[in-house]
Amino acid sequence: MATPTIESPRSGRVSPGYSRTANSRGNFEMIAWLFMRISGAILVVLIFVHLYVNLVAGDGISGIDFGFVAGKWASPIWQIWDLTMLWLAMLHGTNGIRVIINDYAEKNSTRMWLKGVLYTSTVVIVVLGTLVIFTFDPCPVINGVAHVADYCPAP
Amino acid sequence: MEKEPASKVELAPGVGGGGEIPTFDITLKVRRYNPEVSDEAHWDEWQLTMYGTDRVLDALHKVKWEHDGSVSFRRSCAHGVCGSDAMRINGRNRLACKTLLKDLDTSKPILVEPIKGLPVEKDLIVDMEPFFQSYREIMPFLVSKGHEPSKERLQSAEERDRYDDTTKCILCAACTSSCPVFWTDGQYFGPAAIVNAHRFIFDSRDDAGDMRLEILNDKEGVWRCRTTFNCSEACPRGIQVTKAISEVKQAILTRRI
Repeated sequence: MATPTIESPRSGRVSPGYSRTANSRGNFEMIAWLFMRISGAILVVLIFVHLYVNLVAGDGISGIDFGFVAGKWASPIWQIWDLTMLWLAMLHGTNGIRVIINDYAEKNSTRMWLKGVLYTSTVVIVVLGTLVIFTFDPCPVINGVAHVADYCPAP
Repeated sequence: MEKEPASKVELAPGVGGGGEIPTFDITLKVRRYNPEVSDEAHWDEWQLTMYGTDRVLDALHKVKWEHDGSVSFRRSCAHGVCGSDAMRINGRNRLACKTLLKDLDTSKPILVEPIKGLPVEKDLIVDMEPFFQSYREIMPFLVSKGHEPSKERLQSAEERDRYDDTTKCILCAACTSSCPVFWTDGQYFGPAAIVNAHRFIFDSRDDAGDMRLEILNDKEGVWRCRTTFNCSEACPRGIQVTKAISEVKQAILTRRI
């Protein structure tokens, strides 16, 4: 008489939704976690100085115009300041949204689509912003006509 | 003649003895689920007269023993040590055997549900296997290198104190099933597994701390924690769960950088 095989009590009991995939190890989540803390601390300084210089110092809020921005970006310090702020804020925000998508999206396909939209918009904004900071010309020459403001050097 | 012990003295009927226990009426609502009858869960409710010394578990016993024997729940020791009867009482994860009815709002129905995030098997009984699988993965046992000592493994009081808080865990799953991350992502190790890893990572006698940190440095490991403190609030043993998770995060960071 064949003895019936009794399976191990634990075999096949845990539903796949609870099983971790083998390749989920790695430092990425740790680096992301650390980046959020460090960039957050730096951003506090960057943003509050930015707000103070733009809105309070000098003429205050009424002093902001095209010339004010042009004057700031003429200095490499403000170029670097704004560039750092742009990159840190965008990566900090993107990672925050990525984490929220991971937490709330229930289906893998939804998660993939939402992240696709997120990463695309991040790349577009970061590239555009960087381009503007470095190629900004306060005294442009359009169709041979120089748009001269009082702060531009005489042509 | 020898005097009868106080416990054997017959009391006249109607005399309550030293300090009568007050009674009150409660409405107990229990989330029922029986996959053999219906795929839908529903609420059943009972009116019960309970004593001031009664716990939620006593109310459940009264229902099971006197009203409806089909009500299913786990309990073993009934004194807050075995960790079998964790359930969601009025929306909070509690041990039914440690929650006094008089501490709840008895003017409203008392809601009892199974803990969230784990598959319900029947009524208040959930499948704990995913929970224990995570627990097993963090190697909850002493691993020591080198020769086995001929005497006991010595440890100073300070070294023992380092992980004292996390030795109190009774594996009731109240923390893991109160975690909103675990509700949507069952692959997350969960607070209980991390607490039990903490218990060995910070034990001076243990040599596998690095391995456990490596296991928890995972996409579904400690970095999934959002420090919502639900676990610390739910723990019936008062373990500072969120603090323990943060200490494990710190340990991974200092080891890696």
